[in-house]
Amino acid sequence: MAQIRIDHLRKDFGSFNAVKASTFTIEDGEFFMLLGPSGCGKTTTLRMMAGLEFPTSGQIYIDGEEVGRKPASQRDIAFVFQMFALYPHMNVRRNISYPLVSQGMKRAQVRAKVAEVAGILGIESILDRPVGGLSSGDRQRVALGRAIVRDPKAFFMDEPLGALDAEFREHMAEELRALHDRMGATTVYVTHDQLEAMQMGDKIVVMNHGVVEQFGVPQQIYDWPATRFVAAFIGSPAMNFLDFDGTVGKHATSVSFGGATFDIPEQLDGARGALTLGVRPEHVHLSDAARYRGRIVAAEYLGTTQIVTLDTAHGQVKARIPSHERVQVGSTTGLDLDPRKLTLFDATTGRALVSTANQGVLSHG
Amino acid sequence: MAEIALANITKRFGSDTALDDLTMTVPNGAFVVLLGPTGAGKTTTLRMVTGLDTPDQGRISIGGRDMAGLTPAQRDVAMVFQQYSLYPHLTVRENLEFPLKSPILRTPKSEIARKVGEVAEILQISHKLDNKATALSGGEMQRVSIGRALVRNPAVYLMDEPLSSLDAKLRSDLRIELKSIQANSGATLLYVTHDQIEAMTMATHVGVLDKGRLVQFGTPREIYEDPVSIYAASRLGQPRINILPADVFGAAPAGAAWIGLRPEQIAQGQGQDSFVNRVEHLGDQTRLHLSFRDRDLITVTDPHTTLTRGDVVRIQPRNPFYFDADGARLV
Repeated sequence: MAQIRIDHLRKDFGSFNAVKASTFTIEDGEFFMLLGPSGCGKTTTLRMMAGLEFPTSGQIYIDGEEVGRKPASQRDIAFVFQMFALYPHMNVRRNISYPLVSQGMKRAQVRAKVAEVAGILGIESILDRPVGGLSSGDRQRVALGRAIVRDPKAFFMDEPLGALDAEFREHMAEELRALHDRMGATTVYVTHDQLEAMQMGDKIVVMNHGVVEQFGVPQQIYDWPATRFVAAFIGSPAMNFLDFDGTVGKHATSVSFGGATFDIPEQLDGARGALTLGVRPEHVHLSDAARYRGRIVAAEYLGTTQIVTLDTAHGQVKARIPSHERVQVGSTTGLDLDPRKLTLFDATTGRALVSTANQGVLSHG
Repeated sequence: MAEIALANITKRFGSDTALDDLTMTVPNGAFVVLLGPTGAGKTTTLRMVTGLDTPDQGRISIGGRDMAGLTPAQRDVAMVFQQYSLYPHLTVRENLEFPLKSPILRTPKSEIARKVGEVAEILQISHKLDNKATALSGGEMQRVSIGRALVRNPAVYLMDEPLSSLDAKLRSDLRIELKSIQANSGATLLYVTHDQIEAMTMATHVGVLDKGRLVQFGTPREIYEDPVSIYAASRLGQPRINILPADVFGAAPAGAAWIGLRPEQIAQGQGQDSFVNRVEHLGDQTRLHLSFRDRDLITVTDPHTTLTRGDVVRIQPRNPFYFDADGARLV
């Protein structure tokens, strides 16, 4: 159990700056996601927290103690990697008990501890099997068992589900999250998969090019992205972006371009020049009466919903609508955008403009 | 353009039966996606049609022509595999031209240039046409190998997970492109994937395979809304269909062992108490993990619900599916 605080953390590899001045706090018991595309610095950040890399500058506090220069072995954390490194010549029980035996724990105590962990993971029946013949799911459970058995202050996981196929990954994600809910240990988890991050995380840090783009609760990040990068990276299909040149006054509640006017949340700052209106697919509604027009180029059935792709004067727009609504590919229709859910971005900096709707989310992060 | 007919195909590898008396017709102009977990027989089926493997029993015909004894080259099929296979010493343009430059085809130069340009545009690789194939990223190489199939005009296209190595954005763009290429050209396409979104969005028909047998064949909507079994119902839908003992909500029809509930088949706010275990915010949808009489189930609710762990939600089935003890649907 631990709180982890990262303060102006920076890491250079030679002339390459992998992480630039990251600052965020992981509260005790949180399931915390480091999310971003490959090369964004998320794994480097995790490795610095674990003590596998030393920071170039900045501090890492675990339960208030600065540990930035301490080796991994002195931080009381457990690391689970993408590739499950098990001892192939040992059976499941010996693999799990190894960290305890090497600490010099008494045999009876080790037995009890391993039995408890096996119960938590549901692997009692395979304890005496060699690890060689196990399924990938069971191998993963054994690797987790070896991490859990030590009762560390925190778990660090680097894409632990990355090598699994889609169906099984979803199952293991549910299992990992349920395990966390039972144990309550602070967990830091690195992934490039936005859905995995949304699904499992209490909080998410979104990184890009070594910079923390946004930090917060998944639904708030999804609803009110701080940057265009975050808006595009989280959500599938991604947020739609309508680029235009224009002016938005302070306290404006609408914006006009392309012959149409859209109501928007009240703007607190105002801006002019190259701007972008961002709208999530589920906040685009098709309506014959709407002024802003688009031609339907595709409709993709997804069971409960369908994704409709439209060509507009400002590029392609995707709408997520109920699958019972009939749409005709090739026809022209109007688009209504839900005025409560829109975000304006400065197209040059990529930063969201502050409105009455997103100020609460943007001010802490 | 041609129909593919597989009749009573059986294929064994040692003691494993990969295909077990499989009969299936891919109609002319259809986009058929084969769905099933690893080992269901999807890729084996595809290899039978390409001629890379031969069936132990059964008959395969393409456009009415029996394929027995024909090599892959003689079958007039274009294939795309999960792993790209390009000529490394050639440029992207030369790789794309290659299938058209066969001396038998005698394609005019201007026609080759037009075809290559058009396909490059569709696959978003026009700016890389003069790069060496080895100077491309994995995603670009895969687009070139799809392109090499598209420049030709074969009787049928056969694709084995062609999009699985691409990133999410490109995958969703290419889903739409592949679908529209197929719809506009009227080509017959047999496609293997693990990805149910690809199956739902592109297929005119889905073939659900289970242990080498075809268990259901129909439009994605038919498989989703009218599945023949628990197995078929579980292939499509996110979150997965909930399967619970048939009488868990009260009286069940005679012979029913299981009740199947997709999120839209669970009415909220009426019925009996369930407890919220976890609220999962995925952005566009929010999943409720519920506990009902010691059973777990997952449904979907308003993205901005105020429900939290421990809250009570009343639920009741709405037009549920019922299945017998073997998992077959009761109608």
